Amino acid sequence: MTARFRCAWQSGMEAPRVGDRAGYRVRLSVDNLACRRSGRRIFSGLTFALAPGDALAVTGRNGAGKSSLLAILSGRLRPDAGRIDVAEVGEASLPECLHVVGHRDGLKSALTAGENLLFAQKLLGAARLSPRDALERLGLGHAHDLPVGYLSAGQRRRVALARLLVCHRPLWLLDEPTAALDTASQALLADLMAAHRADGGLVIAATHQALGLDGAAELRIEASVALEPEPMEDWA
Amino acid sequence: MTRAILALIARDLRLAGRVGGSGALSLVFFLMIVALVPFALGPDLNLLSRIGPAILWLAAVLSTLIGLDRLFQADEEDGSLDLMSAAPVPLEGVVLAKVTAHWLTTGLPLALASPLFGLLVALDGTAMGATALTLLAGTPALSFIGAVGAALTASIRRGGLILAVLVLPLMIPSLIFGVSAAQAATGGTVPFLVPLAVLAALTLIAAVVGTLAAAAALRWPE
Repeated sequence: MTARFRCAWQSGMEAPRVGDRAGYRVRLSVDNLACRRSGRRIFSGLTFALAPGDALAVTGRNGAGKSSLLAILSGRLRPDAGRIDVAEVGEASLPECLHVVGHRDGLKSALTAGENLLFAQKLLGAARLSPRDALERLGLGHAHDLPVGYLSAGQRRRVALARLLVCHRPLWLLDEPTAALDTASQALLADLMAAHRADGGLVIAATHQALGLDGAAELRIEASVALEPEPMEDWA
Repeated sequence: MTRAILALIARDLRLAGRVGGSGALSLVFFLMIVALVPFALGPDLNLLSRIGPAILWLAAVLSTLIGLDRLFQADEEDGSLDLMSAAPVPLEGVVLAKVTAHWLTTGLPLALASPLFGLLVALDGTAMGATALTLLAGTPALSFIGAVGAALTASIRRGGLILAVLVLPLMIPSLIFGVSAAQAATGGTVPFLVPLAVLAALTLIAAVVGTLAAAAALRWPE
């Protein structure tokens, strides 16, 4: 997790942009990654490499460590062993190059959808679409001035997904992105991911369902502790 | 980076003013404690004005705890902390921004309102001014110390009581020098500036140590 690299659009230079495209050239390689939580080994020996435009679908049974893998990549969990390298993205650290949309949507119920997205845009930097345009793109233009607490689970998820569009980030980490989404929104998400990949971005999605990721590699995490009670202890 | 920190402060201030935020709550709590004391002690104005600064300081320490347990916990629970760790700001910057917002909604209003509340405990003009000044200099330390406890208990449900037990002892030095500075202003053997300088130094130390410690506690939750 010590990889430091240059990130053109975050080191003061103008991002190369055509419309809202960034033209990423990011590469990610993960070598022999292992994860241990609460003293128990969740997985080990994970190795994969992604080139610009690649997508990776992470599958595996409940508790196999899909979310743990994403947490490690996003820098919220320390890997037990192994290394992660990112190339062609400047000098920012790995967490500064990615978007995370997970089970916890990172939205404040008391703020409106627009305020939530504007905050994310200012916090993450490298602005892309305005919050209103991003919401329009996800069919939620009417929710711009509504507190997120008033929205349904599927609508909240779409607001969280709209965050992908308000900032330029080459790597998207999605944890069960289709949870609570209707079929139309799932198709919309598939389009967004395809556009991101066409732009050279990477998508890593932990999922149980087909996401419409054409030509995505599949990484199946086999639990290294077989058939014991759930190895994940949730202290939260 | 400055933009991200300002965005964080603005968001926390906005949240404090919305439903479920602790915006004016600590100020009201402060008022309640200060208002209760004269009822408990009886109408002895000399006694009240002698212990007035101590009462105001005790009330300030206790009201700092209001909302402190949710300082990082709310963001941990809804995933906002994951979002913040993806920001081009180190976690120390996030902590600094959140503590600043916490102080702006608790410590600063308390310090500004303390002359008014000083009336309830029969403080004279000098003592009112001195107490307000010590609160202004001392309450940031309370927020920074509290942030360490808040970060440690961020992933514990109902960690509020543990938080209080953890941080209250660490607030004792600020309490001692805050009260002694306020009392030095109205008489006594030490000049006002000596304990005030120590109080300000304690605040600076708490700002550095508290920021680093809270960020370390948040960084690796396991």
